[in-house]
Amino acid sequence: MAKVKIPENKVQELRDLCKNFDNEPGELINVLHGAQGMFGYLPAEVQEIVADEMNVSVAHVYGVVTFYSFFSMLPKGKHPISICMGTACYVRGAEKVLDEFKRHLEVKVGETTPDGKYSLSCLRCVGACGLAPVVTIGERVYGRVSPEDVRGILEEY
Amino acid sequence: MAKYKNHILVCGGTGCRASESEAIASNLNASLSENNLQDDVQVVRTGCFGFCEKGPVVKMVPDNTFYVHVAPDDAEDIVLEHVIKGRKVERLLYVDPETKEHVSDSRHMDFYKKQLRIALRNCGFINPENIDEYIARDGYSALGTIMEEMTPEAAINVVKDSGLRGRGGGGFPSGLKWELTRKSEADQKYVVCNADEGDPGAFMDRSILEGDPHSVLEAMAICGYCIGADRGLIYIRAEYPLAIKRLKIAIEQARDYGLLGNDIFGTGFNFDVEIRYGAGAFVCGEETALIHSMEGLRGEPTVKPPFPAQSGYKEKPTNVNNVETFANIPAIFLKGADWFKKIGTEKSPGTKVFALAGKVNNVGLIEVPMGTTLREVIFDIGGGIKGGKKFKAVQTGGPSGGCLTEDHLDLAIDYDGLLASGSMMGSGGMIVMDEDDCMVSVAKFYLDFTVEESCGKCTPCRVGNKRLHEMLDKITLGQGEEGDLTRLRNLANVIKDTALCGLGQTSPNPVLSTMDNFPEEYQSHVKESKCPAGQCRALMQYVINSKLCVGCTLCSRVCPVDAISGEKKLPHVIDSSVCIKCGACIEKCKFGAISIQ
Amino acid sequence: MNLVKLTIDNKPVVVEKGTTLLEAAKSIGVNIPSLCYMKMDDMNFENKPGGCRVCVVEVEGRRNLAPACKTECMEGMEVHTHSVRVINARRTVVELILSDHPPECLTCAKSGECELQDLAQNLGIREIHYTGEQSTYKGDQSPAIIREMDKCIMCRRCETACNEVQTVGVLSAVNRGFESVVAPAFEMDLDHSVCTYCGQCVAVCPTGALTERDYTWKVIEALVDPAKTVVVQTAPAVRAALGEAFGMEAGNLVTGKMVAALRKLGFDYVFDTDFAADLTIMEEGTELLDRLNRHLNGDQDVKLPILTSCCPGWVKFFEHHFPEMKDVPSTAKSPQQMFGSIAKSYFAKKLDKKREDLVVVSVMPCLAKKYECTREEFSVNGDADVNVSISTRELAQLIRNANIDFTSLTDENFDNPLGESTGASVIFGTTGGVIEAAVRTAYEVHTGKTLEKVDFEELRGMEGSRKATVDFDGLKLNIGIAHGLGNARKLLEDVKSGKSEFHAIEIMACPGGCIGGGGQPYHHGDVDILKKRQRAIYEEDAGKPIRKSHENPFIQELYAEFLGKPLSDLSHELLHTHYFDRKKKAEVK
Repeated sequence: MAKVKIPENKVQELRDLCKNFDNEPGELINVLHGAQGMFGYLPAEVQEIVADEMNVSVAHVYGVVTFYSFFSMLPKGKHPISICMGTACYVRGAEKVLDEFKRHLEVKVGETTPDGKYSLSCLRCVGACGLAPVVTIGERVYGRVSPEDVRGILEEY
Repeated sequence: MAKYKNHILVCGGTGCRASESEAIASNLNASLSENNLQDDVQVVRTGCFGFCEKGPVVKMVPDNTFYVHVAPDDAEDIVLEHVIKGRKVERLLYVDPETKEHVSDSRHMDFYKKQLRIALRNCGFINPENIDEYIARDGYSALGTIMEEMTPEAAINVVKDSGLRGRGGGGFPSGLKWELTRKSEADQKYVVCNADEGDPGAFMDRSILEGDPHSVLEAMAICGYCIGADRGLIYIRAEYPLAIKRLKIAIEQARDYGLLGNDIFGTGFNFDVEIRYGAGAFVCGEETALIHSMEGLRGEPTVKPPFPAQSGYKEKPTNVNNVETFANIPAIFLKGADWFKKIGTEKSPGTKVFALAGKVNNVGLIEVPMGTTLREVIFDIGGGIKGGKKFKAVQTGGPSGGCLTEDHLDLAIDYDGLLASGSMMGSGGMIVMDEDDCMVSVAKFYLDFTVEESCGKCTPCRVGNKRLHEMLDKITLGQGEEGDLTRLRNLANVIKDTALCGLGQTSPNPVLSTMDNFPEEYQSHVKESKCPAGQCRALMQYVINSKLCVGCTLCSRVCPVDAISGEKKLPHVIDSSVCIKCGACIEKCKFGAISIQ
Repeated sequence: MNLVKLTIDNKPVVVEKGTTLLEAAKSIGVNIPSLCYMKMDDMNFENKPGGCRVCVVEVEGRRNLAPACKTECMEGMEVHTHSVRVINARRTVVELILSDHPPECLTCAKSGECELQDLAQNLGIREIHYTGEQSTYKGDQSPAIIREMDKCIMCRRCETACNEVQTVGVLSAVNRGFESVVAPAFEMDLDHSVCTYCGQCVAVCPTGALTERDYTWKVIEALVDPAKTVVVQTAPAVRAALGEAFGMEAGNLVTGKMVAALRKLGFDYVFDTDFAADLTIMEEGTELLDRLNRHLNGDQDVKLPILTSCCPGWVKFFEHHFPEMKDVPSTAKSPQQMFGSIAKSYFAKKLDKKREDLVVVSVMPCLAKKYECTREEFSVNGDADVNVSISTRELAQLIRNANIDFTSLTDENFDNPLGESTGASVIFGTTGGVIEAAVRTAYEVHTGKTLEKVDFEELRGMEGSRKATVDFDGLKLNIGIAHGLGNARKLLEDVKSGKSEFHAIEIMACPGGCIGGGGQPYHHGDVDILKKRQRAIYEEDAGKPIRKSHENPFIQELYAEFLGKPLSDLSHELLHTHYFDRKKKAEVK
């Protein structure tokens, strides 16, 4: 695990975030949401500070972080790609689209390309089932994506 | 809405926003300003209209003209033609697939004809970010009336009399739940709204929160009054940014109006609501898991009893209902329990919202009275199967439900009917499948989901579902063996019998129902190594018929792995060692020359 | 009392409301198999997540099977514990567990003691019908505990022990679904965590996922090395439990047989940690009186209460969690380390040998001792004062290896000079014992009078946290006792906030004290075993001719010949230590 140095002002910001939730252990998930918003992900060092501040064990924080798929211990790519794997998208071919992204980017789901440009993930139902299969890259939503669109979509970035 | 003569309602649901409905709204505003109409016509961004297939959707009020597939560039035409000249923009009107005629009023569209909107009553009609529009449609008057005229017990009786059952999946009578929580004595109680909608392919709750957040807040306050709670918590998926934003606005506005907070309506009743975020765990839809998650713990369920009504959030009595259940509550109080009871079936009164998706023509969000048949939903509202293919199955209840067949099409939808036929209501996902869908693969898809979402606490779900998935995988790879089907069924039954929570207990349903309803499909996979639907890639080979191929090269150009070769104008061939069986070539071939063997 | 009537396997049974089906069945002789469930009443240990689903039973009228450990008896219930449906489900569930468990029974450290193995045997599992991917995790070898999480069945007992009983907080369930496992933060090794090595996780683990680090081979190597003089010391709690490993009833004292066995194994000198315990009392008791007198004379700098320091798990605990209080505990080393120190100085000199020529082996009920003897401050020029520490279980293993018929051995006595001990030192093995031993000596030193009644019943018992006031001839000494680190934490929080009224506090990391140590024969959740061991310890004390540490003639000789007096410069050098702030140690490497 690579050691991450967190700048002092960020440490303070993180401690303040915990204090905003009264350092109440019940607010751990809200705090982690906030922390991930600050850092983009939740490296070990961030979890240690949160544990210390909220007076819970680091193991507990890590147990919670690894339980929820929304939390990530790896930095996301510059362009996070999410393929909707809801049933509507699945029956309209989302799996093939996903395979195509995996093939082009040479990463598995949950990974980031070595250059940090793209990260690939799946999500459950964007709710745009009328546009199935759906792919989101950052804020942008691509609807009715077919495997042969993938190359073109990636070329936009 | 008094100030303006006309309104243009632009769907602001997530689906339509993904197709640039925001740009439509701003272009409309720009065009209105250019023509100096900004004070006469108001553009309203509403919640979901439901007709997602035809999105983005724009509706003109008061004449109810319903425009479909609108693009941002169409805004100018709408203003110049419709608003200024009073002429409908024909090319944006819905075309009836049967008669091929343009239909301008949504009330005349098959998609809407059989629907009855109670939970969705305000979605697509009001601006969800404006509390006045909710109040104008009788919002918060149920809360006011109850607090002034009813005791909590009397109000609970109304909910009990209405026969409303939990819309989150289980179908537990809501009034009974409220009563149990009321009867649990404690210094503090909680009302929790379960908005952790996690079924893949379901977006009912999100649409309600995006389109009509106040109905949920009002219902939570009513519930708080009834059970004796002054705090409400909404547990919502963090992946729903729009719903969260609108909820936050709604909470602020309700506080400003004194409809949340202290001394509501001057009755001394206090109630306030805060938002808690889910973080991506399907199991947190289970109420005990949800409560643990709100307590900052891993979202692992615990054995019931004790029920949350006895010991829930922070070990205090807690009433958990889902979004759609709450959305029904104000309507029940406004129109009465008897009115509600008359809708739907005897044991399942009211309506149900479904996210209709998959291989139907009209994908969208619908609300129908209980008792409506699957056929009506799929063929009348849904407009039948896409591309003229043959209906094969409909999946209800998400990962906890089952696949029903043609034989079930005339089944009246209600909790007990679906359960009896091997599926379940679930939260309201309804996925239609056609002849190209392999039922073993569908079962595997759901198991894949369950395996990924299992919390890992109990053995049957943690290991059992993994083994089920592995067996299904083996079968779809053509490696199934004699005895696998017996083992599969036994394991599925044991998981159902022994898993700790609702997620685990229902997770084998997709397997059991497809085994029951499509036994021959499993047999072909195991005994003949064949996938009748042609979906299991390991069991098929793509072949070009040299007699039909004209060498147009379309297939070789579309092939992502360059597996197709051949001279121009001469028959092409597929190198099956390179082919990844993605199916792109078949879709592109205009001559029907490529087939799967 | 509210009673409910039901039938279990057609037998009527009446139980108190709130009783679980598992308990009700047991009361009429129906033993429903269970796995994750473990409950130890006096130890504050209750683990019933209802997760393994082995104890499922059929309740008429219920849709699915009910977990007996979590289901309360209700009026009129008709329960079947071995219907075909139940047996099929139970066997399938166990097969599922086995399908994700390495088939390594023959070489597993837990073989013969494994609850999963027993369960599979009792259910007659001969084939696993559901096979597939198995979980694999990186192994973890700390100086004391070995984690092989491939063998973890997610019973969560270790998590309960570590978090709820001990409040150490090293372990948590991590990940989810098939990938879920119990692990320290970031799935790092225990070495990098705040683990105290108390070994309570090992004591409750049903399988071989958590076991002690085995050093028996190191002992054998030392024993066969002609250049080495091998000295063994045995902790007081070992003799109260070792017999269990040879099928003897719990609570049988096997001191004499143990000594005989150790001699047969080839140890050159069979000594007793109890001797060092007497020495500990001399140093710690004197320190207590010194602090107390200074306090009574108005010295503001003196820290009270004094906390005992003989438990290495406890020492590591406060170094991690309360480093700001590291000058509060006694500076006296633990008996294990005092013994090592004296053996390699005083005794080596007597033998006219260099300290490097001596190998000191300790037999401990404890896993933290394995770690303690590796601490740098307990070495001289790289030579550890105690070279190897093995557990009671490992000693049993050595005895079996040497083909010794333990139960038929004739009792033998410890060697001298480091084998002589008093009743006061024996009771170090149980909660309350250290402080009682200290009181016996401190009373006489402080008052100058002879203590007539040496049994301080008020300090004894099994309650997790106890307090008592002892009258030192007018001086009322407030004493606190905690066993189990969770109980210790509470007392410590009070000390930290200045609320504590105690003058002295005894703390033992393990529930029950050393008799319940992580290195003892497995109790499998039976608290009675711990109680019987405790009784045995007090019996041994009562039977000793000398029951006060300062009356031990060899201790007196040691001071006369070598150390001078308690808290002398040499005593400080050899018998006292200092503590570290480890708060920042638990970070990511």
